[in-house]
Amino acid sequence: MPKKFVEKLDRLSSRPMVKYGVYLVAVILFFALILVPPILGIVIKWSSMQEIFGNSQLMNRALDAVKNSFVMAVLVSILDVAAGIPMAWLIARSRSKWANILDTLADVPFIVPTAVLGYSLLLFWYRPEGISAFFGGSLVSPGWFLVALLHFTFSYPVVVRVIVGALLDYKIEYEQAARTLGAPPFTTARTVTFGIIKPSLIAAFILAFARSISETGATMMVAGAFENGPIFIQNTKDVYVGATVFVSLILIVVSCLIFAAVRVLGGKLKLPFKKAWPTVERKISYSSAAMTRNGITLLTFFIIILIPSLFAALPAFKAASTDILHNALLGVYPWGEYWQSLVLSYSLGAAVTVLNVLIGLPMAIIVARKRLGKTSSALNVLVDIPIIVPSVALGVSLRFFWKETLAFIPDILLLVFAHLAITYPYFVRSMSAAVERISIELEEASRTLGAKPFCVFRTVIFPLTKYSMFSGAIMVFTRSVSETGATMAVTSLKTTPVVLVDWVKGKIAATSLEIGLGCGFLILISFIILLALRLIVGGKGRY
Amino acid sequence: MEVKEGISMPDVRLVNVTKKFGKIVAVDNVSLHIKDKEYFSILGPSGCGKTTLLRLIAGLIEPDEGEIYIGDRRVNNVPPEDRDVGFVFQTFALFPHMNAWENVTYGPRVKGFGMQKAERIGHEVLEMVRLHERLDAFPSELSGGMMQRVAVARALAAGAKLLLLDEPLGHLDAKVRNELRYEVRRMTKDLELTAIHVTHDQSEAMAISDRIAVMKKGKVLQVGTPQELYMNPQSIFVANFIGGSNFLEGFIAETKGRMSVIELRGGLKVQAVNKGMGKGERVVLAVRPETFTIKRGKDADENALFGVVERFAFEGTNVRYEVRLENQDLVVVVAPSMACEWFNIGERVTLSFQPENAHLFAYPELGLREELAVE
Repeated sequence: MPKKFVEKLDRLSSRPMVKYGVYLVAVILFFALILVPPILGIVIKWSSMQEIFGNSQLMNRALDAVKNSFVMAVLVSILDVAAGIPMAWLIARSRSKWANILDTLADVPFIVPTAVLGYSLLLFWYRPEGISAFFGGSLVSPGWFLVALLHFTFSYPVVVRVIVGALLDYKIEYEQAARTLGAPPFTTARTVTFGIIKPSLIAAFILAFARSISETGATMMVAGAFENGPIFIQNTKDVYVGATVFVSLILIVVSCLIFAAVRVLGGKLKLPFKKAWPTVERKISYSSAAMTRNGITLLTFFIIILIPSLFAALPAFKAASTDILHNALLGVYPWGEYWQSLVLSYSLGAAVTVLNVLIGLPMAIIVARKRLGKTSSALNVLVDIPIIVPSVALGVSLRFFWKETLAFIPDILLLVFAHLAITYPYFVRSMSAAVERISIELEEASRTLGAKPFCVFRTVIFPLTKYSMFSGAIMVFTRSVSETGATMAVTSLKTTPVVLVDWVKGKIAATSLEIGLGCGFLILISFIILLALRLIVGGKGRY
Repeated sequence: MEVKEGISMPDVRLVNVTKKFGKIVAVDNVSLHIKDKEYFSILGPSGCGKTTLLRLIAGLIEPDEGEIYIGDRRVNNVPPEDRDVGFVFQTFALFPHMNAWENVTYGPRVKGFGMQKAERIGHEVLEMVRLHERLDAFPSELSGGMMQRVAVARALAAGAKLLLLDEPLGHLDAKVRNELRYEVRRMTKDLELTAIHVTHDQSEAMAISDRIAVMKKGKVLQVGTPQELYMNPQSIFVANFIGGSNFLEGFIAETKGRMSVIELRGGLKVQAVNKGMGKGERVVLAVRPETFTIKRGKDADENALFGVVERFAFEGTNVRYEVRLENQDLVVVVAPSMACEWFNIGERVTLSFQPENAHLFAYPELGLREELAVE
C-alpha cells in the first residue's frame, strides 16, 4: 500500500466516527447477511408447514430423520472426544520426533474434502476394492453404521486439533504439582488436566456435534436407505416444502437448545475428580498400560481414520495410467462439468475467504476487546450460531429468504451468501481468540508511543495474529470447498463436491475410476493449496 | 498433629549430579548434603541451575549423571509421586478448577488416605496457615499471600517428608514477602520438616536459612551458614552476592606475618589478612560497604583511603555514599543514618577499615568482570 494512503488511513482511524463506523458496518453486515436471513427464511415459509401436520406418514418419516441426526451426532461426538483425547495426549506430550509426523497425519482427513472422504470410506468399507476383499463380501454396507464411521472420521481431526491446542497452552506446572502431591500420571490427567481443559473438551464436542448435524454430501454417498435430517431435506425439498421447513426448523431449534445447554451445564459439569483409586490408577499409569493405550490409539487412527480417508487415492493412481486421465484433461464427458465445478469451487472459496477477512476482522476485534460494551458479549454468543445451525437447514432457509425477498439475486451471489454464513464463525472465532491472547497493554503502549488505531493494528495486532489469520482463512477456505448440503439446497449451481455426489449416486454416468480420479484431483489441489499456505505461514500456522 | 505422624525425617544427598539441556550444563557435578530438619537454601542468580537442582530432587526431571538420595533411599528414576516430597511452585500452581479446600486435600485423596483422614489433615493445615474461613474460595479469589499459604498447606497436607520451595515468595509484594518468609520457616520448624528453598534473594536466604548453598553457572561455589558466607566468603562471587562488596585491585607489596600490605592502583597502600598469596601476586581486595568508617576531612588513620563524596542516597535505615578515591576507583560506603554525621556531595572524606574485615582473593583468571557476572 502506498505510504501516503496508509498514513491517511492511520489519521482517519483516530476519528471516533470512522472507528465506530467500521464496527457498525461489521455488525450490520453480520445481522443482514448471516444471522437474520436464515431466521426470516423459515418465518416466510411458516404457513407451508401445514402440509406435514396433515400427513402422518411424512411426519413420522421427518421425526425419524431428525431423531437419527441427533442420536448420531451425540454418539459420534462422544466417541470422537473419547478417541481424540489419547491421540492428542500422544501428540502434545510425546517427546519423540514421530509425534510431529503424527501431528501432521492427524490433519489428513481435514484436507480431504468431505465428499471425497465419503467416497473414500465407501470404497474402503463397502466396495470389493477395499477391506471387504479380505472378508469375501461387503464388510460394512451403506447405512447408519457407515454414516457413523464417516462422521467419526471427519470430526476426528478437528477434535484432536482442539485438544492438542488446549494441552499445549495448558501450564504443565499443574501436572507437576499433582505428581509431587502423590498422584500417578493417570490420576493427574483425570483429576487435574481434564478438569482444567474442560472448556476445550466441551468445544471439541460441540464442533464434532455441529459437523455431524450439518454434513450432507458425503453422508448421502454412504447412507443407503438411512435417512437423517439433512438427507430428508435433500430428498423432499422439491416435493414437500413444508416438510423441509419443518425439519429445518427442528434441526435449528434443537441444535441451538443443545448448544445452549452444553454451554450452560458444561461449566457446571464436574468431572470425577473428588475420588481417587490409587491402586488401580497406579497400575494403569505406567509403561505397559500406557503402551497398550498408545497402541490402541495408533491402531484406531490408522485403520479407522487414516487409511480409509486416503483410500480414494488408489483408484486415482490406477486411473492415471489409463485413457481416463487423457480424457479428463481434454474435458471429454463427464469431465467438462467437473472442471467448471472445480473453477467454481475454488473461486467461491477464495471469494468467501476474502469477504470473511473484510467483515469478520472488525467483528473479531469487537468481540475480543469488548469494543461495544455489553453488545460485544451478546455478539460473542450470536457469532457461534451459524456453526450450530445445520448447514443444509441454513441453505434451505437462505434460499427461501433471498428468493422470496430479492428474487433477482443471481444464484452465484446466493451461493456466496450461503458459504459466508456457514464459514463466518470459523474466521471470527479464530481471530478473536488470537486477539484476546494479546495483552491489551501492548496496544496501550503503542498508543502512548503515538500510534493511531489503524497503525496499532498494522504494527502490533496484525504481526502478532497473522498466523491465526492464516489459520482462520485456511479453515474458511477448506470448509467452503467441502460444503455440499447448503450448496445443493440453495442453488442448482454445481461445485465439485456436488458433482462428485452426482457421480457416486449415479445421476451422471461415471465409472469408479473416473470418480477416483475426480477425488484425486480435488485432494491434490487442496493439498497443494494448503501446503502453499503452510509454507507462507512458515509452518507455524494451524488450520 | 496428624501431618507429623509417621514422618521419618529425611536428609537429602546429591552425589556428583549433572544435568544437561542440549549443550547447556544446567547442573555441573554437584554434591550436597542437606541434613534432617534443616532449612536449607539454594541461592544464586537467574539461570544458575538452582531450580533445576530442586526439580531433580523432586523427580520432575532426571539427572544425566550422579545419584540422589532421600533418606537412605536412592531415588533416581523414582517418579515424583513416590518421593514423598512437597513442592511449592513459584507460581503456586494451585489447581484453578478446585477451591482452597479441594486443593489442600488433593494429596491425601490421591494417596488414598480415606475421606475422614483427608478431611482431618485438611482442617489441620488450613488452621496452621490461618485460612480456614476461605476454604471455599477458588485460587482466582485469593490474594497472592493467601495463594502462597494454600500452596504451602497443600504441600504439607500430602504428608511430605521434605518440603521443596521454588522461589515461593517471588510473586509477592515486598511487605507480604517479608512476613511470609518467617511464617514458612516457622511452620517447617514446628513440623520438624526438612526444607529446601530456592531463591535469588540473598536477604531472604540469609534471614531464614540454617545453611545456604551459593550457585553459579551450575556449580555450587560455597555451602555454609549465613554468618559463614557473610564473614568468610570463599570466592569473589560469594563476597559480592552475599551482602555486596567493593573490589579494589592491586598486588601484594609486602608480607608481614599473617598480614600483607597491598598496593592498590595509584600507589595507595592498605593492609589485609593474607591467605597464602606471595609478594608481587595480583590480588583483589573485597571490602563490604558497611565495613568502612567514614570521617570528614583527611585523617591519617591506619588503613585509610582518601576521597570525595560523589553521590549520596538516603535509604531510611542507612545512608549510602559513593566516594571517588584518589586513584579514581569508586567505592560504596553504607553508614547507619541515625548514628553518624552525614556528608555532602563534593566533601573530602577519609575511609578506613579493619584489616580483619576485608577479604583478599587471588586475581581471577578470567578477569574481575567475568567473575562478578551474574548471567
